[in-house]
Amino acid sequence: MPRLPAPPLPKSLQPRPKRPGENNDTGALGPVEAGVTVVDWLDERTALSPGLRWLLWRKVPRGINWAYTLGSATLFAFLNQAVTGVFLAMYYRPDVSGGAYESIRNINDNVFLGQLVHGMHKWGASVMIVLIFLHMGRVFFYGAYKYPRELTWVIGVVLLILTLAMGFTGYLLPFDQRSYWATVVGVNINAGGPFIGPFLSSFLLGGADFGATTLSRFYAIHMLIIPGAMAALIGAHLYLITKLGIAAPPWIKPHVEQDGDHALVESEV
Amino acid sequence: MPDRHREIKPKYTLERGMPGAFEGETVTRRRLMNLWANGVGGIAAAAFTLPALGFAIAPIFKEAPVMWQPIGPPDDFPDNTYMTKVIVITPGIGEAGNSIAYVRARNPAIDTEPEDAYNHWVALSSRCMHLGCPVRYVAAAERFICPCHGGVYDFRGMVAGGPPVRPLDRFYTRLNDGLVEIGPRYSVNSELQRFSPRFPGEPIDGIGQYLYPSQFDTTDRPPYH
Repeated sequence: MPRLPAPPLPKSLQPRPKRPGENNDTGALGPVEAGVTVVDWLDERTALSPGLRWLLWRKVPRGINWAYTLGSATLFAFLNQAVTGVFLAMYYRPDVSGGAYESIRNINDNVFLGQLVHGMHKWGASVMIVLIFLHMGRVFFYGAYKYPRELTWVIGVVLLILTLAMGFTGYLLPFDQRSYWATVVGVNINAGGPFIGPFLSSFLLGGADFGATTLSRFYAIHMLIIPGAMAALIGAHLYLITKLGIAAPPWIKPHVEQDGDHALVESEV
Repeated sequence: MPDRHREIKPKYTLERGMPGAFEGETVTRRRLMNLWANGVGGIAAAAFTLPALGFAIAPIFKEAPVMWQPIGPPDDFPDNTYMTKVIVITPGIGEAGNSIAYVRARNPAIDTEPEDAYNHWVALSSRCMHLGCPVRYVAAAERFICPCHGGVYDFRGMVAGGPPVRPLDRFYTRLNDGLVEIGPRYSVNSELQRFSPRFPGEPIDGIGQYLYPSQFDTTDRPPYH
């Protein structure tokens, strides 16, 4: 198989040419070369490196600023929720007759670093809501939702709704008085929608009233259904961002240069 | 991008000169295979999707069972104030399945709704008809007060102020073996006419009764009117 052309690596990562007389080959590979060999082996079989280069070494417009990091910040908040959530699930019990509250108490009081991980999940949820709204505001006020990035915006709005649904379903899980009554109120707000509302509420409750399976329904929605949908949609969101490029800030004018007999519109650095 | 300049193939397999073609045949082997593969794939996907979906949404269409639970002898309940009774709404889940009913004897001087076999005792649900918080009976004021958003109900459970959209829900009551029993819940409109149970926040005066259909009606309950 022919070797793929070398990626446009930054200077610091490019292999340095050997000095004369240094080439006293012992036959064994150095740690760097061994790593390169493993990566080559993988790349020859998966051809992943062009995709990674496409994803990571892409041009960004002139004039970008710290506001452009809000999307990545939201992504990191999501990853934080995913990782801490998975480990909380190892100790949590969605038992409506007292076990759920006891398992949360056990996490907070007995489990090593339990209070920290629970706190990261709890406060991380608020952080994620704040960040996703800030990100949405940045995109809106910069006009970055305009052609050709409408679909990215639509997916982002769906992700916002799913994030709020995560907040709603997660709020019940500690199963204390505040969780219980906030969920009762939230479900009844759902019921206020004409025609569909009562059905939505009884779907969430799994019956006419708060019942034996309501907590496990909320748990399944919170940790399986919505996170799966969110992971897929985040993938689509990132694909579109990479494919379409980042929108320049609205105050950056296209930079027009006379180049021979045709105008060259240049707005990228 | 599809090639727009491609020659359009004839519709009939015979005209395409395919081996084994016969008169009037339009479905080629490739097309048949495509249909089969997609069809079988679709059936296989539906075979696990539809049962799972039905499993998840079945509770919407389930009929609520009718339970009658004794709450005490008739002498326990005066007709000028409410007794607080803990009743079971969902059995088997402990505290989370309990609720409170406020019960008194019917007082013909103030209860103007027609009397029948199921309202010799007036049993009000503690569930606020704004968004479902628990209301508290304040005897000094003869009012029900909701702690969440300031809903206020008068002595009969009619809305006296705040955001609630209809009077407090009620329970059927009856006398059985010398004990007052509390039965299924029903909703009432502002004339205290009985309706099938609805969620809080759903008005049932006028058009509201059609905008917010009830799903948990059972054939096994006492009549509404």
